[in-house]
Amino acid sequence: MTPSTPIALIPLAAADTVPRASNPLARPVLTMDALPDHMRPERSFQGFILALQRFWAEQGCVILQPYDMEMGAGTFHPATTLRALGPKPWNAAYVQPSRRPKDGRYGENPNRLQHYYQFQVIMKPSPPNLQDLYLKSLAAIGIDAAVHDIRFVEDDWESPTLGAWGLGWECWCDGMEVSQFTYFQQVAGVECAPVAGELTYGLERLAMYVQGVDRVYDLNFNGREGAEKVTYGDVFLQAEQEYSRHNFEYADTAMLFEQFRMAEEACRKYLAAGWREGGNQKEHLMALPAYDQCIKASHVFNLLDARGVISVTERQSYIGRVRDLAKACGEAWIHTETGRAV
Amino acid sequence: MPDLLLELFSEEIPARMQAKAADDLRRMVTDKLVADGLVYEGAKAFATPRRLALTVHGIPARQPDLKSERRGPKIGAPDAAVQGFLKATGLKSLDEAKIQKDAKGDFYIALIEKPGRAAIDVIAEMIPVIIRTFPWPKSMRWGARSAKSGSLTWVRPLHAITATFGLETEEPDVVKFSVDGIEAGQTTYGHRFMAPGAISVRRFEDYEAKLKAAKVILDPQARKDIILEDAKELAFAQGLELVEDQVLLDEVSGLVEWPVVMMGSFEKEFLSIPDEVIRATIRNNQKCFVVKDPKTGKLTNKFVLTANIEAPDGGKTIVAGNERVIRPRLSDAKFFYETDLKTRLEDRLSKFEQIVFHEKLGTQAARIKRIERLAAEIAPLVGADVEKTKRAARLAKADLLTEVVGEFPELQGLMGKYYALAQGEDASVAAASEEHWKPQGPTDRVPTDPVSVAVALADKLDTLVGFWAIDEKPTGSKDPYALRRAALGVIRILIANEHRVHLAEVLGHAVAGYIEQGNSHVRSGVEAWAKPAETIRGTLESAFDAWSAGGVSSFISDRLKVQLRDQGARHDLVDAVFSLGGQDDLLLVVRRVEALGKFLDSDDGKNLLAGTKRASNILAIEEKKDKRTFDGAPDAALYKLDEEKTLAKAIDQVKAEASAAVAKEDFAGAMSAMAKLRPAVDAFFDKVKVNDDDPKVRENRLKLLNEIRAATRAVADFSRIEG
Repeated sequence: MTPSTPIALIPLAAADTVPRASNPLARPVLTMDALPDHMRPERSFQGFILALQRFWAEQGCVILQPYDMEMGAGTFHPATTLRALGPKPWNAAYVQPSRRPKDGRYGENPNRLQHYYQFQVIMKPSPPNLQDLYLKSLAAIGIDAAVHDIRFVEDDWESPTLGAWGLGWECWCDGMEVSQFTYFQQVAGVECAPVAGELTYGLERLAMYVQGVDRVYDLNFNGREGAEKVTYGDVFLQAEQEYSRHNFEYADTAMLFEQFRMAEEACRKYLAAGWREGGNQKEHLMALPAYDQCIKASHVFNLLDARGVISVTERQSYIGRVRDLAKACGEAWIHTETGRAV
Repeated sequence: MPDLLLELFSEEIPARMQAKAADDLRRMVTDKLVADGLVYEGAKAFATPRRLALTVHGIPARQPDLKSERRGPKIGAPDAAVQGFLKATGLKSLDEAKIQKDAKGDFYIALIEKPGRAAIDVIAEMIPVIIRTFPWPKSMRWGARSAKSGSLTWVRPLHAITATFGLETEEPDVVKFSVDGIEAGQTTYGHRFMAPGAISVRRFEDYEAKLKAAKVILDPQARKDIILEDAKELAFAQGLELVEDQVLLDEVSGLVEWPVVMMGSFEKEFLSIPDEVIRATIRNNQKCFVVKDPKTGKLTNKFVLTANIEAPDGGKTIVAGNERVIRPRLSDAKFFYETDLKTRLEDRLSKFEQIVFHEKLGTQAARIKRIERLAAEIAPLVGADVEKTKRAARLAKADLLTEVVGEFPELQGLMGKYYALAQGEDASVAAASEEHWKPQGPTDRVPTDPVSVAVALADKLDTLVGFWAIDEKPTGSKDPYALRRAALGVIRILIANEHRVHLAEVLGHAVAGYIEQGNSHVRSGVEAWAKPAETIRGTLESAFDAWSAGGVSSFISDRLKVQLRDQGARHDLVDAVFSLGGQDDLLLVVRRVEALGKFLDSDDGKNLLAGTKRASNILAIEEKKDKRTFDGAPDAALYKLDEEKTLAKAIDQVKAEASAAVAKEDFAGAMSAMAKLRPAVDAFFDKVKVNDDDPKVRENRLKLLNEIRAATRAVADFSRIEG
């Protein structure tokens, strides 16, 4: 496995060394200075998450809790995938545990995990100052744009399983990709009207940068020191080892193939059952439960893929099957109370 | 005359699109100005990550007045026609119309004068259309307006438009228009972080200066110059040398508005990784330059980064941050490289059985076996050791499965060479890993080591034959399997190395490789040209016929024509040689074309060509008239004039000499022999009337003409030569 290299600590929280007035963007939205040390975003992983949540709450987002299903990215959360569709405004932010079975490294790689956190923000319609809001959010977690080199580097986003695409950037901080910034153009095969802006922060990576650690397991989770200190490794190392074993060696493939089939079938069944003729227009009454089965199918596929039991040619067909489900769910969603045109 | 300043201020434009976008903006605006009668003096466009800007100077303040005539109905035409004419032309009555006579009668003519409009109004109309139809490779919708169809699309959200028009000496006017709610004005913004405030601009000169004061360097070339100069300087100051990289420079200059160049370093232990891997890691992932030691030519543990801000700490945080990012990247690369070294290349091959090359052409493993087989056939023809060639072919693609190549596909081949050398392979075998991919393009190097040549040819011919047989041929601009490049590669390798190879035969071996593997797609494809497929390996002649029937021959000869034309040779000479038939040794074709070109530059050549053409033309006419050909030897007894006898003798002599020279592949000699024909041909046409009254004499003379044509065919088909 990749050897970890000597750590050179960078000056922490640049805001401490540079007069804040030099950069209006760095002016804290919250009184971060009033926080106890162990809650500061550059000291603790949880403080880091809380700072982001507070920042986006201030911007009028509803702060959701993680969706209660396994998924590969925060984008899969219905609060993004489905809520991005339809004309009604929607602003939300949430942490989503993201499972990438193939990225497991038995806890031996300093920055690859099969389970990690994404912080997801979705704003529909995309506000005109979304870039500025994003930069302010960085300031809120201790990244001062006057001292760091922050860049928006082209990155077109496409999700073949979700039938979605958008244009935007990878956001770089001193040469490191810290976030993904996307203007959704299409989701679940449906044109976004209006367009939603999506921000995804890779929380561990950002926190490692802010805390100045080179190994994810060394992140200070609770901001305490000495005997009270809990690290990311204390929380997740064993899980990484166990799930890597599971994902690559033991996950029951016969069961998973069956689960994929069942999820696909259930999704179609719920979709079919949900359509109603209401007045002049068609109406759907079960888009959300159907979409859960699509999420399920997608995760099961990822597990099968990690187990190496899906050949290159089959792979495309599985992705296509999930996409078909996602599209059918999108179509159903825009005929629900929340998803349809007013 | 007034100048126009236009700026389109947006969120970050992808670096790779900026140069073309600036050019498109200049072209679209200036083309439209000219089309609208506004001939300008000069224009220049610029791009930064956040803006496209255009200055056009010397635009007339008004369009010229336009006068035109419009023809109306005949005098006495029905009233409806007259009313329609008046309505269309704006005339009040027919009294205002002129009357014009022509052959068909008297017509009303309206004189229409269209006064020119103020240029600023014309511009205000054209810019919104240009913005809405701008040819971005990919564009997007955004914001609340995207709820409605027909909302503006741009590469990224467009925030502001600056458009001013006026004389240098006066306060310019704002060009008044709006696009999807964005009003044109004269306000732009400075650097995103260092001077984000609004700036009011009047005209290009103060626009550029004010931007500079607000930490934006508008001209991409100026940004490139700064980056390159500063980067060289930083390296030089440490006794080092920047590894220049134009593509990277272009990209980096499109990622910053205010370039600040700094140097960072990484741990020396990473220098154990091959230089190319270090460079690919730092360049692709971090968009940084690498630095070498001029004494050794090897990379050092430094890199050069370009930031977008002047930080109050002198950039210390930025450099430290970049170093922190580069370290794990190099650490990954080192890990990949060292992991790769642990597995021998041949041990990777079994994995190729799982990888489909093309659904009709089988797996990569099958492909590699065919290439090995074919390379072994080619090896003796190009002077390569057969065993080394087979080994090289077997290992040449194994690096595709290595970690480093998985990460950096552009290092394919090169890594194979490193790994082959590391596992103790012969130098020629190792080199073939890298060389067999070449030449990648018309300017790429051609392999020269015989082992590399054999593998490179085998690889390309296998691809060519396979895709051709399953009918995946290039059409128009589409060539998804790069068959044109493969064919051109074959041509360049053979000619540059002066290898004599009968392509018909070698292509036959390539087909055999597929057929031995039981590939029914290729078999049925080939059987469409040659039945049964095995005849393709029969005599050279039958093979050649099959390649001609399948269109492979003309595909290759077309590529050769392109190649020779690029070198300045005449394409008709290539046709003249190929038209002889059976030409599958490309080196000989080229030699013939060269000799023919020289010959035709001489007086003898030109006159002989004229004489031969004359003979061919007469024959063509008479053959058509008599509905027969005039083959067969002329009868010496029927010669009436000395010129006939002399010509007949010259033909016999030239035929013998030219054929002997051609047999020795002495094409220059063949041409000199041919030259001896000229005085006899000239004299013949001078004194002899071909269409003699005596039909027997006439027939005999036509046969003699046919002999001229036949004699020249020893070197080329003169009828295909132009001029």
